[in-house]
Amino acid sequence: MQPSLLSAILFATIVAGTPLIIAAVGELVTEKSGVLNLGTEGIMSMGAVAAFAVTVHTGSPVLGILAGMTAGMAMGLVFAVAALTFMANQVASGLALSIFGVGLSAFIGKPYESQALPSVATWNVPGLHKLPLVGHAFFEHQGLVYFSWALLAAVAWFLYRSRLGLVLRAVGEAPVAAHSVGYNVVRIRYMAVLFGGAMAGVAGAFLSVFHTPLWVEGMVAGRGWIALALVVFATWRPARVMVGAYLFGGCMITQMFVQGSGMHLNIPSQFLSALPYAATIIVLVIISHNKATIRLNSPASLGQPFSPEA
Amino acid sequence: MWLKFEQRPEPSRLMRYLSPLLAVGLMVASGMLLFHLLGKSPAEGFKVFFLNPVQDKYGVAELFLKATPLILCAVGLAVGFRGNIWNIGAEGQLLIGALAGGGLALHFHDTNSMLLLPAMIVAGALGGMFWAAIPAWLRTRFNANEILTSLMLVYIAELIVSWLVHGPWMDPDGFNFPQTRLFQAKATMPILVQGTRVNAGLFIALGALIAGWIFMNRSFMGYQMKVAGQAENAGRYAGFSARRTVWIGMLVGGAMAGIAGVAEISGPVGQITEHISPGYGFAAMIVAFVGRLDPVGIFFSGLLMALLYLGGEQAQQYLALPYSISKVFQGLLLFFLLCSDVFITHRIRWKK
Amino acid sequence: MNSRKNVVTTLGGLIAASVLSAAAPTQVGFVYVSPVGDAGWTFQHDIGRKEMEKAMGGQVTTKFVENVPEGADAERVIRGLVTGGSKIVFTTSFGYMNPTEKVARAFPDKFFFHSTGYKTGPNMGIYNARFYEGRYLCGVIAGKMTKSNIAGYVGAFPIPEVMQGINAFTQGMRSVNPKAEVRVIWVNSWFDPGKEREAALTLISQGADMVTHHTDSTAIVQAAEEKHKENKNLYAFSYHSDMSKYGPTAQLTGTTHHWGAFYTRTVKEVLAGTWKGTNVWGGFKEGMIKLAPLNKAIPANVKAMVEKEQKAIETGKHHPFAGPVVAQDGQVKVPKGRNMTDAELGAMDYYVQGVASTLPKK
Repeated sequence: MQPSLLSAILFATIVAGTPLIIAAVGELVTEKSGVLNLGTEGIMSMGAVAAFAVTVHTGSPVLGILAGMTAGMAMGLVFAVAALTFMANQVASGLALSIFGVGLSAFIGKPYESQALPSVATWNVPGLHKLPLVGHAFFEHQGLVYFSWALLAAVAWFLYRSRLGLVLRAVGEAPVAAHSVGYNVVRIRYMAVLFGGAMAGVAGAFLSVFHTPLWVEGMVAGRGWIALALVVFATWRPARVMVGAYLFGGCMITQMFVQGSGMHLNIPSQFLSALPYAATIIVLVIISHNKATIRLNSPASLGQPFSPEA
Repeated sequence: MWLKFEQRPEPSRLMRYLSPLLAVGLMVASGMLLFHLLGKSPAEGFKVFFLNPVQDKYGVAELFLKATPLILCAVGLAVGFRGNIWNIGAEGQLLIGALAGGGLALHFHDTNSMLLLPAMIVAGALGGMFWAAIPAWLRTRFNANEILTSLMLVYIAELIVSWLVHGPWMDPDGFNFPQTRLFQAKATMPILVQGTRVNAGLFIALGALIAGWIFMNRSFMGYQMKVAGQAENAGRYAGFSARRTVWIGMLVGGAMAGIAGVAEISGPVGQITEHISPGYGFAAMIVAFVGRLDPVGIFFSGLLMALLYLGGEQAQQYLALPYSISKVFQGLLLFFLLCSDVFITHRIRWKK
Repeated sequence: MNSRKNVVTTLGGLIAASVLSAAAPTQVGFVYVSPVGDAGWTFQHDIGRKEMEKAMGGQVTTKFVENVPEGADAERVIRGLVTGGSKIVFTTSFGYMNPTEKVARAFPDKFFFHSTGYKTGPNMGIYNARFYEGRYLCGVIAGKMTKSNIAGYVGAFPIPEVMQGINAFTQGMRSVNPKAEVRVIWVNSWFDPGKEREAALTLISQGADMVTHHTDSTAIVQAAEEKHKENKNLYAFSYHSDMSKYGPTAQLTGTTHHWGAFYTRTVKEVLAGTWKGTNVWGGFKEGMIKLAPLNKAIPANVKAMVEKEQKAIETGKHHPFAGPVVAQDGQVKVPKGRNMTDAELGAMDYYVQGVASTLPKK
């Protein structure tokens, strides 16, 4: 393979993996606190439309990201009220949030459908982007790509090196014990859900303002669900989220490169399109196969409602 | 002042019945508010959305037609949901069921046998079960989360449908357009009321509701699943096999979704295309929850969901509102229901 | 058979004349498969609807329903338009063919027109446009403008209409540049901007400097506009709509659809009672397709050449698939000396020579 081609595949893989990383890391923090929020697809849709609308009006992608983040937090709040305050079933609340978010984003996004936005310039890392092979692939990206890496590092540090991270994990592992030593379980879970919502909103903003850049109904196209799968795939470890996201992105990009290269493949193109989904299932199976790793890493109280008086 | 929930000594029976009504009321109220905010008359909005669709015989028939696949999928899902089996891939099971039943119709496109339609229904159930068996097996054998695997299989099922209608199953006389040939009369559901599209699929849905009710309330297995769902440890203590719960929950859901798929292709669609289902498998999850995972409730919530779909079409034509308003209502309905449910086990106290 | 059909259509015409002679404006309904949006297939149909409404003065009112799924729901929506007062209904996506036919049979005194299908009836006509004529000219421009001799084409599904476009583009490109090749990526979706963009970028990174698409979003023109900054010879051809708003420097031109004149003519015929069945497949000559304004970057001699070619196609002197048409595997599909027939066009399921990709197995 030519070096330029490999570099192009790597570059495209990283771009395709970026929204998945951002959303999955947010969900990871939420799940570490013991809350399962299946609404990522809906939150990302709302983040995408809010970010797009604000960027159209202000011309500032940064304000767009902030808007996406705010919309994501608002959606997270809706979920938190249902699942934490009203102690509703988390799976059902998450599904409701997904349906609601996809619908509402389409509804309020109507006037913005297919409006044009200039593409956001890339920021080349001085010096490094001149490196052969990896320079273009890793260091000539838009800002949010670097943000996704910083986010991974920050969340890894937060969860395993900070005091608050320890509390968060304790709440996810043993909420009753955490409550009895004086931590406000519901408040900590609220914060984790809001953070997860904010990140899913940013991931949506990446899709509408940075990646495509345009807004259309249904443009998240299942990426929110993939992000959820990645959290399990990663057995709730931030670094593995990155591996999973790039694996999935790489799968999608490689099949396109194979098609474009004119290589003769004696299989229907639909089978190639199905590859990333099949790969996700296979990897999930391999990861989950060892029950010990799952049990060791998955928050013990995941998905269980918690009532302070019980 | 801050509101606080206090646990009731025992769950309120009254609230069990009131909470869905409360949720519907809240949804309608927020819908009216939404119409108002959009500068439409709330009364007019209500009329167009909730009354217009069912103002004549044809409209009522359409309501039942639309509710049929929703009810079928929801009743199957409810069995699994009761046992905490989160099959969210009913859409994919519906598609594979449609392929299994439709494949039969295509293979025997010149038969004159009355058995074709029943055979298609059985094949549809088996197809849906097969597709649901994959996540069940992955869960029981490899511990893989069925929420995610069943969902990934939806995307794969869609691509399989796409491949078949673009490839091997394409109508040979259809100018290469992605669809199969139209099914012959023996492979289509009999129409119940002339001049409408409501067909025998409705009876299957009603039959499924009755069977579901008996299974859930009168069978030992249904009881076991309920116990296992309510408290995993209690179930294990009583000797119920978690594995069996997974298998039953997934297979029943798959079978019902598969039948729903056959009911669609042999009913209003009449062939296999890439557009068999506009997301019935997903909407059925709302139907199942709003119906309290109970067959009687599912009957009503299925009709309500169908009405939301039809209302969305009306709102588009007569209020110039985008069709996505239907989804907003669906999401709101489920949210309000989930929140209202807290009143079954808790009551509100105001805290100073 | 033929005479019977004529009787039936005349009868239909008579009914039309009597029913529609009342002074009240006639309602014309449209069914769209996607949101109208700002560009694309449905957007062009909606422009046509507005043009028709304007041209008809106060004689008609129009109504449209967008985002109608191509499954069982379409029949109810079409029926709803009819019972809601529409006397003429245009359904604008292939998947509406069987539902349209069913409703047409149930309402023999109303008139139905279905786009891109093949089923007709006494009160149901069909219409489509020869998009491939525009594709051929885009190919000619691409062949003249390319430096890498590689063009990239993003397709949705390999149905004949899309195949015609790819092959016509290739024929045009090779007619002026025999070294050129076309590479194709299928995204298996009419509308997924993220995927479309990734496919376009993939083709660009594999050396394509001319890109075009048969999908419904503006993502590919936008991607080309962005990449144009790095490669000044990277250009795009839009489809459905003029997308120069999204790619002011990168869009060279595009094949655009124009339904307004057809809608006006058809509605007039129905109202006058002179309608005698419609099976329209129009191209440049009928004004149903046009090239988007040519980019300044196209040299004058190429411009002149394209104008000449367009004239030749309009007058029938030249056909984009004039023989010999040779398939990728060397098989002669149309021998020298004749043009491809409409039936052959409708059954196209192969790549012509010059397409470097291989068609996925079915």
